[in-house]
Amino acid sequence: MGKEAGMEAAEIERLIKEALPDASVEIRDLAGDNNHYAATVISNSFKGKTRVQQHQMVYAALKGQMGGVLHALALQTGTPEG
Amino acid sequence: MSIQDFIKNEVTSNDVVLFMKGTPQFPQCGFSGQVVQILDYVGAPYKGINVLDSAELRDGIKQYASWPTIPQLYVKGEFVGGADIVREMFQAGELQSFMNEKGIKVAAKA
Repeated sequence: MGKEAGMEAAEIERLIKEALPDASVEIRDLAGDNNHYAATVISNSFKGKTRVQQHQMVYAALKGQMGGVLHALALQTGTPEG
Repeated sequence: MSIQDFIKNEVTSNDVVLFMKGTPQFPQCGFSGQVVQILDYVGAPYKGINVLDSAELRDGIKQYASWPTIPQLYVKGEFVGGADIVREMFQAGELQSFMNEKGIKVAAKA
């Protein structure tokens, strides 16, 4: 697969873990085109945060790729206790 | 009027606003279509704004809520979320109670 637009799952996981070191990250490729993923991110740093804030933390970890290079990332976030 | 003023005016003068790709009748993106279906299902009256009409709006809305993707749902001026969060809230029955709390008539049971 050529290096066209989009991001590799491992790259997404690396960026999220760089920003949220304790996070457990599970990524599912929805379309096999490096552009449509679903990700579940569990981290203590989400504690006390609203869903919007939790997702914003993950988007921030992706350093502006979200919505640009990466078109779709269906996010599920939570704290270890769920 | 700057794009940020335009957005602020839209979200404060309409109870429920959905910034989307396409229109409620013709969504042009799967995620926008999902939120349209959910809003139609719970029967929430809303105003659809097509961000594809203007590149300035398409970028401006991402700055407004510091949220990088479309669609974006606003209720009573408050950013509720994108497709994931709206779907998650809907499945948990939270969307209906949230709307009722904000004084927007929706089908409670859904």
